[in-house]
Amino acid sequence: MESRIRSIFLTMVRFSCCILMVISGTVAAQEADAPPQVIESQVERRDLNVGAIDTEDFELTGFVGLMSVEDFESSAVYGARLAYHISPAFFAEGSYGTTDVGSDAFERQTPGANTLSDRTLNYYDLSLGWNVLQGESFVGSTRAWNSVFYVIAGVGSTDFAGDDQFTANFGFGFKFLPTDSFSVRFDVRDYMFDLDVTGTDKTTHNMQMTLNLGWFF
Amino acid sequence: MKFLWLTVSLFFIFAHAVADDIDNIQYVVVADPYIEMHTGPGKGYPITHVVERDQEIGVMKRRTDWYKVRSSRGKEGWVSTEQLKLTLQPSGLPVDIPAPSLEEYRTHRWEVGVLGGDFDDSTSLTAYSSYTFSRHLSIEADITQIFGNSSDGWVVAANLTHTFVPQWRASPFFLLGTGIIHVESKSTLAEPDDSTEQVAIVGAGIKAYISERFLLRAEYKNYMVFSSKNDNEDVNEWKAGFAVFF
Repeated sequence: MESRIRSIFLTMVRFSCCILMVISGTVAAQEADAPPQVIESQVERRDLNVGAIDTEDFELTGFVGLMSVEDFESSAVYGARLAYHISPAFFAEGSYGTTDVGSDAFERQTPGANTLSDRTLNYYDLSLGWNVLQGESFVGSTRAWNSVFYVIAGVGSTDFAGDDQFTANFGFGFKFLPTDSFSVRFDVRDYMFDLDVTGTDKTTHNMQMTLNLGWFF
Repeated sequence: MKFLWLTVSLFFIFAHAVADDIDNIQYVVVADPYIEMHTGPGKGYPITHVVERDQEIGVMKRRTDWYKVRSSRGKEGWVSTEQLKLTLQPSGLPVDIPAPSLEEYRTHRWEVGVLGGDFDDSTSLTAYSSYTFSRHLSIEADITQIFGNSSDGWVVAANLTHTFVPQWRASPFFLLGTGIIHVESKSTLAEPDDSTEQVAIVGAGIKAYISERFLLRAEYKNYMVFSSKNDNEDVNEWKAGFAVFF
């Protein structure tokens, strides 16, 4: 009985060995005969195209605020800015703003008096900003927004009381970035220009505080 | 109704922006032990995630020298150029990003800048843009505002500039140009004397590379004003400022 089972087992082993040999032989033959692979895989291997990366170095900003023109009552100012972010630390920005200045002391004391025939003040400036402190600010207890404190200075022109005046400005601001594409900022600036409306020719300091909303593109 | 339209168009703008973001993502593989993701495009913003070696990151957009990336786990952050250079492209080659440098300055095409100075004893302010079309030559357009004591004015001009040794860090240049000058008497003067005349410009100056994308420019210009009066006027201008190149 035992030898019978053994002989059946051995026969099966022999048989399967033969099959294996035949298969492996065929496979080996096939491998030897196989032509080199002609069609390569269709996986697309695109290398990094730096030029195709969307750059967002420009920032368009609208602002409203208060401007206090020296000797006159402060008035609402609004305008727009366009910034080019040169490096993580520096940005160049051009601004244009307009305001209708309030009355001066003489006009307030003398009913009907008018120091200015045109109360509109328009200005532009070209400034360079330096992002001094970059970081995060907590808005509420759980949300952190990127924020940056910057100082800024520049030159420009002010069209007021019938004249264009060379204008230097400097100031600082604090900018929040609720998302990577939008900014909210508070900006304080001193615009300095010569003015002779009140009789004496003097350099005036004209403070401006604005709230700005910006969009990067 | 207006509000509805605004909402609808804003939605499409955003949808488009988001679609753009997804279409344009390119992938690289981290080759350094790890790279750091900051919350914003600058060294001062805190690091909130790191991506390990052999992990894939998608590059979404760029601001100055920083890149917004998304990791395979869906985390987003900003990576500096120096760190992105430590990644591999799908071909296995390291990522190559030209950084603003003296090399790039030598081959730059566009330049935009602001100069301030003295125009015939008055303060002047100039904005200019130039395009370099050959090794030495560039064309430029500038607009100058003049703030005088008795008169204000502006000049719009086009110049041809020849840079003598463009491969030097600081090189002298020579310029020839033409344009229009407009002078307006101040409103306080009794007799207004406004005029618009053609000018020919000869000038020379120096341009020097500072760092990153900045260059310094100082120049002297001589304006020949073709006046409708009998004599042609000769005006000198000195100015200096800085510019950014692309």
